[in-house]
Amino acid sequence: MSPTILLLLALGLGLAGWLAARARAWTFRKASPDGRLASLPSYHAWYVALWIILPVLVFVGAWSAIAPGLVTQSVLASPAADQLPAFGFQRQTILNEARAVATGASQAVFNPLAKEFVEPYRQALSFYNWIGIAATLVIAFLGGAWSFLRLKPDFAARTRVERIVMAILLGASLVAILTTIGIFVSLIFETLRFFGMVNPLDFLFGTHWGPDPMSNPNNPDSSRYGAIPLFWGTLFIGAIIAMIVAIPLGLMSAVYLTQYANPRLRAWIKPTLEILAGVPTVVYGYFAALTIAPAIRDFAISLGASNPSSESALAAGLVMGVMIIPFVSSMADDSIAAVPQAMRDGSLAMGATTNETIRRVLVPAALPGIVAGVMLAISRAIGETMIVVMAASTAANLSANPLDSMTTVTVQIVAMLTGEGSFDHPATLSAFALGFVLFMVTLGLNFIALRVVKRFREAYE
Amino acid sequence: MSEHIAPTRTPEFEARLKKRYAAERRFRRLGLAAIVFSVAVLVYLLGTMTLNGIGGFQRAELEVPIDFTQAGISADPATMASDGAVQSLQGQGLPEVVQFFAEQSLGDEAAEQLGAQAWRDVADAIAADPSILDRQETFWLPASASLASGYAGEGSAEMQALAQQLDEAGKIDKNFDTGFFARSDATNPQQAGIWGALKGSFLTMIVTLLLAFPIGVLAALYLEEYAPKNRWTDLIELSINNLAAVPSIIFGLLGLAVFLTLFPNLRSAPVIGGMTLALMTMPVIVIAGRNAIKAVPPSIRDGALAIGASPVQVVFHHVLPLALPGILTGTIIGMARALGETAPLLMIGMRAFVASPPDSFTSPATVLPMQIFLWSDEIDRGFVERTSAAIIVLLLFLLLMNGLAIYLRNKFEKKW
Repeated sequence: MSPTILLLLALGLGLAGWLAARARAWTFRKASPDGRLASLPSYHAWYVALWIILPVLVFVGAWSAIAPGLVTQSVLASPAADQLPAFGFQRQTILNEARAVATGASQAVFNPLAKEFVEPYRQALSFYNWIGIAATLVIAFLGGAWSFLRLKPDFAARTRVERIVMAILLGASLVAILTTIGIFVSLIFETLRFFGMVNPLDFLFGTHWGPDPMSNPNNPDSSRYGAIPLFWGTLFIGAIIAMIVAIPLGLMSAVYLTQYANPRLRAWIKPTLEILAGVPTVVYGYFAALTIAPAIRDFAISLGASNPSSESALAAGLVMGVMIIPFVSSMADDSIAAVPQAMRDGSLAMGATTNETIRRVLVPAALPGIVAGVMLAISRAIGETMIVVMAASTAANLSANPLDSMTTVTVQIVAMLTGEGSFDHPATLSAFALGFVLFMVTLGLNFIALRVVKRFREAYE
Repeated sequence: MSEHIAPTRTPEFEARLKKRYAAERRFRRLGLAAIVFSVAVLVYLLGTMTLNGIGGFQRAELEVPIDFTQAGISADPATMASDGAVQSLQGQGLPEVVQFFAEQSLGDEAAEQLGAQAWRDVADAIAADPSILDRQETFWLPASASLASGYAGEGSAEMQALAQQLDEAGKIDKNFDTGFFARSDATNPQQAGIWGALKGSFLTMIVTLLLAFPIGVLAALYLEEYAPKNRWTDLIELSINNLAAVPSIIFGLLGLAVFLTLFPNLRSAPVIGGMTLALMTMPVIVIAGRNAIKAVPPSIRDGALAIGASPVQVVFHHVLPLALPGILTGTIIGMARALGETAPLLMIGMRAFVASPPDSFTSPATVLPMQIFLWSDEIDRGFVERTSAAIIVLLLFLLLMNGLAIYLRNKFEKKW
């Protein structure tokens, strides 16, 4: 049974409970001598409805994760299962085909063997569907009956409802922690599996990157997993080329907008820069690959390069820099605006020109904020995926020439996980190790940036 | 009258002043140049996409008059109204009929360049209006990809010559392709459309919104209104701020390692994509929500408390309605970001070739940015135009969403 139908069932039952409980509360109110209850009838109604809906929601969530496994197990327990090939991938394909027919998603099977499983699948699916519906009904009934029986004229339904609401609010905010833990655990878990096959020192300090997803997974060649070229490529594209573009342009835009531009120009330019920030990265990537990269190759040829790559670090870095400009400029804007007006006025009163005031007073005073903004910009640039996937290459290259092709951590994560390799292969698992490094580095940069900002803000208070 | 020079205004001083003023002008121009450069890049980007993309909304079509009275095809209204209409027409030899009339009017060589699926357009037209079988009708049918590129002045020399010949006869033309918005992905640029990706995007966004909005708003309410100041609250706050800064591809790794392990059958389904993007969007909504809630003046809370409302009633009856416009603005911006996001979806397998639009939250789907990414890998010139056209559609949606957010912000902006 699809979870959607179970959820609709739960909502319907909840509504029924809501109406019944409210009617019950109204009868209490009529019967009571002074026409007063400890809580309003709608709170009684909500109390019962929540007691029906919440347990069912929890059950449906768990059930939709468990049920497919149970179905597969009961299919595998059928006599036909002995004929299944032991090999994982083929076995899975046959089962998937049979399941697709049984659920009505496809008309017929290609593999004759799969036909034998359609009927067991159909039976198992309908069996577990009924179990799901029955369990939903039982849970809803139990929750509803229990809460309904507690309704009394002096029952403090509002307090109970509010307690449940608070629990829901707390639960919602815990999702953030759960996500963080989820990221951490899934990355660590797979990374440790990777490090069980490849020596972490080889990974962190090796200079040759060339995993072979088709090699024997049990005996990986550790020397092919040196990630230094990837780290260098990421740093060169994201932290050097992109920042050479983004920092001066972003900073100068912010300075011009806050100190020179008249309000009407500012009212137009700010949203325009925001558009630049809102363009999806896949569009920037396409722009880089289609327009900028060929232009740079032609430029390299005119410089006399013999065999320039069409996927240069420069193309990806330039476009990424443009993407980051609005980010840097808005961070710089904020921190310049935070400098007290008195400092600016004082400098101007001493006869300094505007540009001297900016360079000698405003920028130094705003420097911690600007530095923090730059760090956030770097962390965003090294985590950026689509631009480099589309405009940088997959060839790991340890070079300082911006016209060379280079690859980055994110490109390799995509390349390793969208390839054909199996999930237990070190080449696939290396993506998680790369993701872990990326996660830690961006987290570190953000953490430092926030610290710097906090310190700086205290200076003028 | 001799010029009076004050003691400080020595010639050296004048020279220095001149230099300082020049520096000032230079600096100012540099600032202006920085802005002009950024705006120029934006204009250039939008310009190239539009110029390329205009061609993507059109396709090269060949004129084929078909005289159905000679064709011997019958179509009873009941069959035509059912799903089997196209199969029935194919069984009656419609493809051959179309091919025959194409040869009649265009010549053998050009008729070969009629797209392989061209007869489907005719079949659709018959299914929509069976009465055209009683008369002669002129159709504009898609040309093959190679003829289309020949018509654009590229590709092989023979195709270019053929296209020119047809052009002189007025039998080939570029027409606005309404089917671009109605079809799905295809291997041939002449047959490709964005409806499948668009629908996938809608379904994914619905899941994202349904998960991220309630969780984000409730979390923001808790943190801003009720949370005690302790280590746990600090931990929650820290993790929300960190999540907002985590690279999007990491969320894809999480989706791959957690969601696809829990639900292995739902690979590349909108529901998994939506869940992954929701985790990414939720922190954005929490942060925007907290700012909006913070902006509601305490006197409103005090007033409500003073007449006997409980803390929960204060928040749900008074604070939340007042903060909602601000929260909505933040939500729209977060959703716009999710709509343009590609990298995490790449990780959970939403990059498959999907030739039919998804019919449910659990069927395989692709999304608009992913379609752009997939098409960008095709070398065919026709796909370059299609990609740019899809980008225009995506950017229009994003502009609409951001415009709505700005409108909401201006309309509901309150100063207390």
